[in-house]
Amino acid sequence: MIGTLDPARRLMLGAIGLVGFLGLWALVAASGLVGKAFLPGPLDVAARLVALLHTSFAGGTLLVHLGSSLQRFTAGYALAALVGVPLGLLMGRFRLLDDIVSPIFDALRFIAPIAWVPFAALWFGTGFGGPVLIIFSGAFPPCLLNAYRGARQVDARYIEAAEMLGTPSHRLILEVLLPASVPSIVAGLRIGAGLGWQSLVGAELIVASTGVGYMMVQAQSGVSTATVMVGMVAIGLVGVLIDVALRTVEARIHRRLGRA
Amino acid sequence: MPLRRRSVIGLTTLALLAALWFLATSVTGMISPGRFPTPGDTWTAAVQASVRGYGDATLLIHVLQSLKLVALGFAVSILVGVPLGLLMGTSLTAEALLNPVFMLLRPIPPLAWIPLAILWFGLGDTAKIMVIFFAAFVPSVINTHAGVRQIDRPLIEAARMLGTPRWRFIGEVVVPGAAPMIFTGLRLSLQASWTTLVAAELVGALAGLGHLLNLAQQDLYPGMILVGMIAVAIFGALTTALLGAVERRTVTWVRTAGEPA
Repeated sequence: MIGTLDPARRLMLGAIGLVGFLGLWALVAASGLVGKAFLPGPLDVAARLVALLHTSFAGGTLLVHLGSSLQRFTAGYALAALVGVPLGLLMGRFRLLDDIVSPIFDALRFIAPIAWVPFAALWFGTGFGGPVLIIFSGAFPPCLLNAYRGARQVDARYIEAAEMLGTPSHRLILEVLLPASVPSIVAGLRIGAGLGWQSLVGAELIVASTGVGYMMVQAQSGVSTATVMVGMVAIGLVGVLIDVALRTVEARIHRRLGRA
Repeated sequence: MPLRRRSVIGLTTLALLAALWFLATSVTGMISPGRFPTPGDTWTAAVQASVRGYGDATLLIHVLQSLKLVALGFAVSILVGVPLGLLMGTSLTAEALLNPVFMLLRPIPPLAWIPLAILWFGLGDTAKIMVIFFAAFVPSVINTHAGVRQIDRPLIEAARMLGTPRWRFIGEVVVPGAAPMIFTGLRLSLQASWTTLVAAELVGALAGLGHLLNLAQQDLYPGMILVGMIAVAIFGALTTALLGAVERRTVTWVRTAGEPA
């Protein structure tokens, strides 16, 4: 268990694993043990994906659905970042605010984001606002927590020096706390993006009339398993792309700060 | 001192919020009861759900149904996830073979399995257990795997040198060494179990807390929505606390200064 495998062997075993997985899936699908309608093979799913790029299903092509999902995601995520990060920094600076917000935050944290769906639908409807609230509730906690922790971890000497020089609070936050907690904030933004994207899918499954989640629910009631699987693949891919994009930003910031 | 100050301010805040809730809904009517329930409405809904029942069952039945599914789904996923993580941690071949498959499936969010689960197993318990499994199994594998990888090398080498047989090696070196990380994984798994169960029940179910929430939404019954949300939060917190207690009784040899939750 200690040591490492030689890279070529590792690569080969990995390939065997992947081919084995896809092969087993294709084999079970082709064997007719499970009805084809319920378990399409990997190639059927790939073909369905290509087809969905230009044919419309449940009111739009795959790209149209992805587009409306991404729109909601951007809105909810931006809101979470714009509220969460400043609030976290302020809580890191002002004890009283921390003491007031923390108990509310702790009490709300036990409610799963998805449990907000009924109120979200009631307050903001099922089109745009409702799902946006759900993404917000998924992405907000890590945005706030990481900004808060980042601000609390700033070397006290910097803060004391700034205070001694009579730096006003807003400049202290913008010019001392914010730069010093950037790595923690960016990490929080990345975690928040992942959770927000997941919550969005959940919200679209329950209340929405466009989006990839909606497409999957429609496919489920129309027993189009291949379309459901295309939805899963698309959601996974976009999730990975969002994560890669934010990781790139994170790495660039770390390099700029010389902490690579 | 700081702790006392914190809890005084915290309790004051929560009390003020409760008072504000009462003021905004019951007294001034600033927030219409159709959007957010008054404390009275919520109490009425709680009594109605507990005594007469709502959605063909009492609150107790809904809670028990959800608890049962969370327990079953959680149990299945850790029974598969922890051994798989141990295997991937102790065998390089298994790791090289399984890791890519894992990487392929991991980006799919747990909730995205819901439509497939309903297609395959309908609206009954099996579909819910499948969804919880996919959600909860991933964190237990990853953390167990990482926990094994984190064990002090000298411990492993000593056991190796003494010729410890494989099963004793796993039982007496690997599992105790990885235990704190395994529990971290279990905690994440438990959270994921609740989230996915509620989502799956919201999408379609015949009983359970998500089903209650769904009906309350369709009936435009804000009091009942709030009761459902509070029930989800309370039982989520209770099961997490239970897992914490199990961890403290099992992993007695590690004292971490970290946060308990």
